[in-house]
Amino acid sequence: MGEKLLMKGNEVIAEAAIRAGCRYYFGYPITPQTEIMHYIAKKFPSIGGTFIQAESEVAAINMVYGAAAAGARVMTSSSSPGISLKQEGLSYIAGAELPAVIVNIVRCGPGLGGILPSQGDYFQAVKGGGHGDYKMVVLAPSSIQELYELTVEAFNIADRYRIAVMIMGDGTLGQMMETVEFRDREEIEEADKSWAVTGTRMEREHNVITSIYIDPEVLEDLNNRLQAKYRIIEQREVRVETYNCDGADIIVSAFGTVARIVKNVIRMAEKEGIRVGLIRPITLWPFPTETFRKYAEVPAAFLSVELNAGQMVEDVRLAVNGKREVYFYGRTGGMIPTQKEILDKIREIYKNSR
Amino acid sequence: MAIVFQRPHALKEKPLHYCPGCTHGIVHRLVAEVIDELGIEGITIGVSPVGCAYNNYEYFECDMVQAAHGRAPAVATGIKRVHPDKVVFTYQGDGDLAAIGTAEIIHAANRGEKITTIFINNAIYGMTSGQMAPTTLEGQVTTTTPFGRKPELHGYPVRVCEMISTLGGAVFVERVSVCDIKNINNTKRAIKKAFQVQMAGKGFSLVEVLSTCPTNWGLDPVEALQWLKDNMEPFYRLGNFKGKDLEV
Ligand SMILES: Cc1ncc(C[n+]2csc(CCOP(=O)(O)OP(=O)(O)O)c2C)c(N)n1
Ligand code: SF4
Repeated sequence: MGEKLLMKGNEVIAEAAIRAGCRYYFGYPITPQTEIMHYIAKKFPSIGGTFIQAESEVAAINMVYGAAAAGARVMTSSSSPGISLKQEGLSYIAGAELPAVIVNIVRCGPGLGGILPSQGDYFQAVKGGGHGDYKMVVLAPSSIQELYELTVEAFNIADRYRIAVMIMGDGTLGQMMETVEFRDREEIEEADKSWAVTGTRMEREHNVITSIYIDPEVLEDLNNRLQAKYRIIEQREVRVETYNCDGADIIVSAFGTVARIVKNVIRMAEKEGIRVGLIRPITLWPFPTETFRKYAEVPAAFLSVELNAGQMVEDVRLAVNGKREVYFYGRTGGMIPTQKEILDKIREIYKNSR
Repeated sequence: MAIVFQRPHALKEKPLHYCPGCTHGIVHRLVAEVIDELGIEGITIGVSPVGCAYNNYEYFECDMVQAAHGRAPAVATGIKRVHPDKVVFTYQGDGDLAAIGTAEIIHAANRGEKITTIFINNAIYGMTSGQMAPTTLEGQVTTTTPFGRKPELHGYPVRVCEMISTLGGAVFVERVSVCDIKNINNTKRAIKKAFQVQMAGKGFSLVEVLSTCPTNWGLDPVEALQWLKDNMEPFYRLGNFKGKDLEV
């Protein structure tokens, strides 16, 4: 490991992208993630990077589409309302099988909502958001160190599968400062980009990047190919943290910064004789279904704690498949559940299960 | 025997899917001839629109990218910024460019992106069967203005060249027509100049081509050309709006 610095989450994303070899960034300002753009605007000129402050998120994601089609490592970042505008582009990126990294520092909605932390975009990120059958890899770091490592990895995953990878955090993660230890050198996977548009030089057949197939058989073939790719990603790319799960009475599921609150609650519950485990999906898609299945027969029940009105809980229920009750506790509007609120919920579930 | 006329190399040997008498095909050919004459096929990347020309990537021999409706200038921006040494063009209809993609074209032009836009103004939405376009003329009957375009209800026809030429980054802007041989030759000259302006690194270039859509105008190909001359040319002034004397 190398340099150790105290840095803000948003700046770490930008720094990690640079270290991962990203030299193209297109974005439109929106709180609470604009520091990513500021950092890039400052750093890119000296390293030959291209930054455009686009006229909208729609334009930004289409610049990403163009740069990815041209074979570059490229990133955009935004927050919820802006991510909504990018959905068209994300669907096209999926259809054209382009690698790209998208950061969503989620704020609360619906509508213009508020600028405080939220996890209300879970559905949009993992279930589609744009039109058609497609998936994005969705990474949900919970610390600044992890944010750094996953941002670098996001570019590798994107290239490996020609897929969009979303890094999903909330305003807390974007705004908070923690120490981050940078590696001296990043593992940048070499990807075959012979499909990219680079000019034929009259040496090869022309390359075409498209997502339109009028012939239904051909379009079904594309869909089958995409689905086969998604199955491979589900096998290979699941990332999950389990904490205190063996022998637990209750298992809590939480992702991102909420998982940190839950870890404190686990210690508090332990003192009262309630053993609580945590399953923290790091990839929201592919979802760590197997991990939930493994613990599906936990003595009491599951509890999903989220900064929304109940979104990931649906995937937990699908994974647990009726074997146990899956409870939910969440706050919205930028409110953060306190340790006491979560502990009370755990006590209640524990009591009812006896 | 000397060959005096043949298919340009940059155009694939493939029958076009356009309706009989549609002028999309003429403009494709002109673009391909220009690519041949400038010897840039190997370094050219085109961006296809959403509209009747959505699949013109099947016709051009150069690398091609298909873009979402109206987004071609943003996509071309991404491509050109990665490959500043390549020649990048977009090919867009009037629904694509002047309605859903207004923001993208204006800002790409204003940033002075070194790309070339071939803008097909046929005063109608062709692909989706003849709805009003921003460029539909006053009184013109379309499937969504069955009683004619009324400015008080539908607004006024948009003059794209006049608008784009006010922007600092747009350096070459010209409106041409493909209504007859003379104008077709002039269109080719303008397209060539637009590409040369890009290659000289001057900035954004746009050629608006007044075109026909006989199918949705409800006219035969010859009548359509006459309609273009009689109705479009008086409203959409032909000529250069910017960059006439640019040295390239
Ligand atoms: C987001 C979106 N909205 C609408 C459409 C449907 N659509 C396809 S082509 C088109 C109009 C194209 O008209 P124009 O740009 O004038 O091109 P032309 O067909 O006349 O060449 C529309 C509305 C679409 N494909 N995508
Ligand atoms: S509908 Fe109109 S624009 Fe489209 S191919 Fe036919 S004539 Fe051409």
